[in-house]
Amino acid sequence: MADFIRDNINKDGIDRRGFLQCMAWAGTGVLYTMHGGILKSLPLAQGAMGGDQMSKMKGADFSFIQISDSHIGFSKEANPDVTATLQVAVDRINSTAAQPDFLLHTGDISQLSKPSEFDTAEQVLKSAKAGNIFYVPGEHDVLTDDGQQYLDRFGKGTKGKGWYSFDHKGAHFIGLVNVLDLKAGGLGSLGSSQLEWLADDVKQLKTSTPIVVFAHIPLWTVYPEWGWGTDDSQQALGYLKRFGSVSVLNGHIHQIMQKVEGNITFHTALSTAFPQPAPGTAPSPGPMKVPADQLRNVLGISHVNFVQGSHSLAIVDSPLAQP
Amino acid sequence: MKKMTWFLELAATVAVALALIPGGTPLLAVSAGDKPASGATVKIDNFSFGPADVSVPVGTTVTWTNNDDVPHVVASDDKIFKSKALDTDDHFSFTFNKPGTYAYYCAIHPKMTAKVVVH
Repeated sequence: MADFIRDNINKDGIDRRGFLQCMAWAGTGVLYTMHGGILKSLPLAQGAMGGDQMSKMKGADFSFIQISDSHIGFSKEANPDVTATLQVAVDRINSTAAQPDFLLHTGDISQLSKPSEFDTAEQVLKSAKAGNIFYVPGEHDVLTDDGQQYLDRFGKGTKGKGWYSFDHKGAHFIGLVNVLDLKAGGLGSLGSSQLEWLADDVKQLKTSTPIVVFAHIPLWTVYPEWGWGTDDSQQALGYLKRFGSVSVLNGHIHQIMQKVEGNITFHTALSTAFPQPAPGTAPSPGPMKVPADQLRNVLGISHVNFVQGSHSLAIVDSPLAQP
Repeated sequence: MKKMTWFLELAATVAVALALIPGGTPLLAVSAGDKPASGATVKIDNFSFGPADVSVPVGTTVTWTNNDDVPHVVASDDKIFKSKALDTDDHFSFTFNKPGTYAYYCAIHPKMTAKVVVH
């Protein structure tokens, strides 16, 4: 098996040291800030923000929360009660001092696309004190009927197979679907219809418009050996290169990773259900078993604060564990 | 030596009996004089099909079993067969009645690829 850390074959700038730091932070929360396209990271004391970190969060025009990979219906050893941990995630959202404007769920709501799993997820998530919930599907949500059930429940009013965009306080949000019509031997896929729509969707926007793209599978190549990337993401990102600030939020890999490429910042969120191994550190990307008392340190949610004008975006990844 | 030969014959008979049960549910049954064995199995472990290449005669039923903690979908590249989502320990069977090479993959983890050759 290729060792992506040593070879860095994807030229994605992840070295072993940086990667291990990232993983160490997963247990304690990370604050990401972006100023003029340069991303800075600070480890956070668990559940508490120091004055310096707090100052980075002040003056935000608005905030939202990314939640991902709930996998309702999963019941194996890694986490026998994923409904309980999703509820803890919602409790954490509800205890946030500044109520977020909305939630983004970046997919794998369910484990097996069962109606009962979607019912449970909706039941838990509707107790979140946060305006709307915007979804994109994970591959676990489209296991039946080519995703029709997902569309009926979570994708009303969307285009094509569930993609859409909306504007919020000057920022343009784009939800993409990269879990359908996957080709043998390939990675995630957006497909030509969606790419055409995207090109058209951003055509009229000013280059100063902050863009936030969210999709389930990473839109950058994290680790192709495990399918952690999207075949035609470069084409999509090509349409966004002219914008001064682009943030790409993904799930799927159940761990925090980040990368900056020009004006594009990539970030992946923790799961609320179970962790997955770091690339290449296990025989497969299957659920990673951790001691029960450690589980909530490696599950979590992401708070995203948006500051207009200063090109400043701050993401705080918080574990579910109580301080 | 004779005893060993007898044992092997018995083992072969039991294997034939097991392989004859349709629908992928193994039941212990004694059968005599039935048609020859026509089953093959592929296991899904750690996001891979094993064995990745299976060569079988026409008429063989191949049964896939998912041993992973995550679901997989067995789908032929040419849309000739496709399983529902297989949860842990779920099975899927398909009978190959025409010779040829059948490439397949996991529809939700497309890096997982393998093939069945029918001769």
